[in-house]
Amino acid sequence: MQTKNKKRKFRYVWNFPGFGGWTAIFFGFLYIPIFILVCYSFNSSKFAMIWTGFSFRWYAKLFSNDDIQTATINSFIVAFAAAPLATIIATFSALALVRGGEFRFREFSSGLITLPLMVPEIVTAVATLIFFASLGINLGLINVIIAHTVFCIPFAFMPIKAALEAMDPNLELAARDLYSDKTSTFKTITLPLLTPGILSGFMLAFVISIDDFIITLMVAGGGATTLPVYIYSMVKMGVSPEVNAVSSLMLAFSIFIVTLYWFFNRKINN
Amino acid sequence: MNIQGENKTQNRILSLLPLWIVIGFFMIGPLLVMAVVSLMESNVYGGVHFKFSLSGYRQILFDTNLFDEIEFNPAYLIIIARSFMLALAATFLSLLIGFPAAYFISRQSDRVKNILIFLVTIPFWTNLLIRTFAWIIILGKGGVIESSFNFFGLLDEESSLNLMYTNSAILIGLVYSYLPLMVLPIYASMEKMDLRLLEAATDLYSNRIELIRKIILPLSMPGLIGGSILVFVPCLGAFIAPDLLGGGKKLLLGSLIQFQFSYARNWPFGAAMAMFLLALVILVLIFNARLNRKHREYANQK
Repeated sequence: MQTKNKKRKFRYVWNFPGFGGWTAIFFGFLYIPIFILVCYSFNSSKFAMIWTGFSFRWYAKLFSNDDIQTATINSFIVAFAAAPLATIIATFSALALVRGGEFRFREFSSGLITLPLMVPEIVTAVATLIFFASLGINLGLINVIIAHTVFCIPFAFMPIKAALEAMDPNLELAARDLYSDKTSTFKTITLPLLTPGILSGFMLAFVISIDDFIITLMVAGGGATTLPVYIYSMVKMGVSPEVNAVSSLMLAFSIFIVTLYWFFNRKINN
Repeated sequence: MNIQGENKTQNRILSLLPLWIVIGFFMIGPLLVMAVVSLMESNVYGGVHFKFSLSGYRQILFDTNLFDEIEFNPAYLIIIARSFMLALAATFLSLLIGFPAAYFISRQSDRVKNILIFLVTIPFWTNLLIRTFAWIIILGKGGVIESSFNFFGLLDEESSLNLMYTNSAILIGLVYSYLPLMVLPIYASMEKMDLRLLEAATDLYSNRIELIRKIILPLSMPGLIGGSILVFVPCLGAFIAPDLLGGGKKLLLGSLIQFQFSYARNWPFGAAMAMFLLALVILVLIFNARLNRKHREYANQK
């Protein structure tokens, strides 16, 4: 017994008793609220808090709710416009910043990219609202798309930059040595190798745009309501199983995209 | 990479131009306009009166009473103090919960590690509003906690624990919102840690508490500081948790600013508050940069 204990201690000095259990509690804390929310979306009762039985009726009801459908379509329009825009801007910026060597605007440009992450979201939201209002720009969804593009840029940028840094620059040099001109080197070497990074960036930007709430709440006028803003107005009126149902679908959608991104990235790394 | 560099400068500027235009015009532009509005006078109709005035900033501390006298008004100072206290408490709690978890995850095999870290990041990518309102179902009147208390006979049907609309409810919401941001940087700095140090210290008769205090904590300091900043800064400006779980009664800086633009319609005051929040965040970031530099210098000396 004595020797066994000693051996254990030697092998596992870096394991601390209780940390495993603590980590289990940590994950419980992160996931149990989400789990409860999803469970209650299957509640057949009209009152969100009282469980009466299993039912899909609130999901069925979503499909007859025009407001939710309009809001969902708006969310997708915004995300499908803002995420590609942000990804294109992020790709060109990453190319210049990673492959451009040292130059004068380098620091300044990387600072610009991280700026939307530094400024508190509520400040960005309020500032954008004042900006559009004082310039009299009231283009409905286009206002929202512009605002989303701005804060999606850093999220699209991160995976693209990582992919570029991991890429061997000698491949491009070899192509240039073999008399490939700049454009065809970019088309045949850089771009194909960078595509997984660009797609990852697009997915992250897309999720961020779909999920954004505060900036959209402030910037979107009437008729430009997105799904999170609509969910907020429903929650403010009182929690109902219908909110749980639409929220569960949204959670499932985000988790699906992020999981896709994860598997995708793991493939690249292997 | 010199072969690429025929029109290097021109190319760089061309590829960075979209970034400069978009962020410059739609991020820096709005911040500048906000700074200008914060120095204007509000008009009675909820708009902005184009006349220079410091009233937006003055209103943070002072109020004009019925007799047109300026008197000290601590209401907003209390909100600022509450934001600070709650952000500090949330940061501290996240550290307490996140540190052992980050350590445990960093000691797993590569496969398990990757999966666990992925599980930590998932909540970050899901909708914060939805994750917060899940807590209404748990804490609310007749919610999960109260009904389980009922079930065990600890609470009768009529009474309520009144968990919602309290500072504690906001605190839970804040910790829940930003906990992943605490764990990730701590994990990153722990993963690089040399485990032989722990073995060496154990050989020299260190006990586990000493291992944590003298080796693990100092070596993961950059992660602890980084994580604390990542939690503290968004907590200071949080809007969703105070709005949903504080019920709009317990305002924090973030919800106060939002309120000025949605209901109160006092734009110069709201803009002044937003400038104040921005200044606070910039101070925290400068402090962080200093700390990082010091840490790097210290590491280089060794």
